[in-house]
Amino acid sequence: MYTQAMDIPDESGKKLAAVPPAHSEQEAAFEARIDADGRIEPQDWMPEAYRKTLVRQISQHAHSEIIGMLPEGNWISRAPSLKRKAILIAKVQDEGGHGLYLYSAAETLGTSRDEMLEGLHSGKAKYSSIFNYPTLSWADVGVIGWLVDGAAIMNQVPLCRCSYGPYSRAMIRVCKEESFHQRQGYEALLVMMKGTEEQKAMVQDAVNRWWWKCLAMFGPPDADSPHSAQGMRWGIKRVSNDELRQKFIDATVVQARVLGVTLPDPDLKWNEARGHHDYGQIDWQEFWNTVEGNGPCNKERLSTRVKAHEDGQWVRDAAQAYASKQKERASKEAA
Amino acid sequence: MSKAPVDYLLQLADNAVVLGQRNAEWCGHGPILEEDIALANVSLDLIGQARLLYQLAAARIGGDATEDKLAYFRDPAEFRNYTLVELPNHGALVGYAAADMDYATTIVRNFLYSALMALQWEALANSADEELAAIAAKSLKETRYHLHHAADWVVRFGDGTEESHRRAQAALDHLYRYTEEFWTPSATEDAAVAAGVAVDVRSLRAGWDALLAETLADATLVRPEVRGYVPEGKHGLHSEHLSYLLGEMQSLARAHPGATW
Repeated sequence: MYTQAMDIPDESGKKLAAVPPAHSEQEAAFEARIDADGRIEPQDWMPEAYRKTLVRQISQHAHSEIIGMLPEGNWISRAPSLKRKAILIAKVQDEGGHGLYLYSAAETLGTSRDEMLEGLHSGKAKYSSIFNYPTLSWADVGVIGWLVDGAAIMNQVPLCRCSYGPYSRAMIRVCKEESFHQRQGYEALLVMMKGTEEQKAMVQDAVNRWWWKCLAMFGPPDADSPHSAQGMRWGIKRVSNDELRQKFIDATVVQARVLGVTLPDPDLKWNEARGHHDYGQIDWQEFWNTVEGNGPCNKERLSTRVKAHEDGQWVRDAAQAYASKQKERASKEAA
Repeated sequence: MSKAPVDYLLQLADNAVVLGQRNAEWCGHGPILEEDIALANVSLDLIGQARLLYQLAAARIGGDATEDKLAYFRDPAEFRNYTLVELPNHGALVGYAAADMDYATTIVRNFLYSALMALQWEALANSADEELAAIAAKSLKETRYHLHHAADWVVRFGDGTEESHRRAQAALDHLYRYTEEFWTPSATEDAAVAAGVAVDVRSLRAGWDALLAETLADATLVRPEVRGYVPEGKHGLHSEHLSYLLGEMQSLARAHPGATW
């Protein structure tokens, strides 16, 4: 699911240099392909900085899918009906599947899944900060579907046209599944809003807690967005953070009205002259605090992933050992 | 048309929902991404089976019975599942003890249960109760996959590393005795057999033994001796663990009785 605008710097990002002017034939061919809106494939030559940017972006996206399983996974055991339980398991499972395709897409760039996981577990690689907030009620599951997946889709649809072939193809499938999740989340909320007063209050409370976090998912304002320009040039990023955020807000206001919830922003109003909604100030300090590791759940999320990985070591070792034994037996039989 | 007794449907449904709940505990915590996805699938299949069975039971009970009332508003002593399926995903500990989940326990349990259910659903697919037979035919396909998945891992663990062998053997030693419950028919099972809609579970034992023998031999694991206590979950006498599992599963639904989700 969910990527935030992938220009959140991490350790690998800091090493990125601006792309040098094209001077070799290979570079000229690469630039020409990008200019013609063509796709770059794994076997094609590409500038090292393009490769690194993609690995950083795709692996951050994959990590976000995997970490993103945890906040919603928190409600699987307590889902209030068997139908909702099945929907939620299937959804969280889809996120795992997205992680799998994205790790595979990134592996085509020459970085192994193990290396990427090492980046996540050591804290070097980032993942979408939206998952560092707790899921406090069942309504959070619906609101994550509606707003978080909704924001992710806004971010991700342009990536279906990303210049790197394997990523753009993975994103086509991811986006289809995400829009299904978004509709499921919204439908779950519609049912709750037709229910008891407690259910309605639960939905409003969840919207209040997630709204601003979702707006921050699009990343810093364009003026403060360091990697955006290069990303745009390379066809990795297609639409700016602020444009995507505005599009999301404009779409969501109508949906909120149909649902019967209030979006918690007193400055939110239609601006006839701009043809868009105006909105209030996002708390960027809180956003950066969370990105830097000091949000409410950063430590819980990451250490849960690390624990799952460490606890699973013996399982992976067993699979390896068994496969080696089988191979040995097969070669002995052949000999 | 012959109809299976409601209690018989509930026994099948309770097994599926409780084991589905246990398998789902791995969601987001699997040892490798592929297994996370696989266990979510097993869980989804089991929840799906439970839903169909509860829906059928609710239709036969009539009145205001629904699948969710049966799953969420019955107490532990009313549940008819095998004790095996409610045990935590780790070794033998009291109900209120906390421990790390152990993948070997989960896999060995899925293996023991799905080996039984592959035979059970196959028999029920020919039940004179056509609605039950339809559910059985669907569940059979899923259960064969679960058995395949679990058996593959039992072999990998048994014939993998020293640690995986030790864990798999410990899980088998812990869980095997709970399978004794499979072979002592309850009054409900007897009634289902008498109604001509089910087979006597004892007739499945030879087939189950053969399935186990083959996999355990490949895995170099030893079937433990069993004596003494025979669990009675299907009579409503459970371990200490079921009330915790249901307490969590039912908490939200019971906090809002009458609400629609």
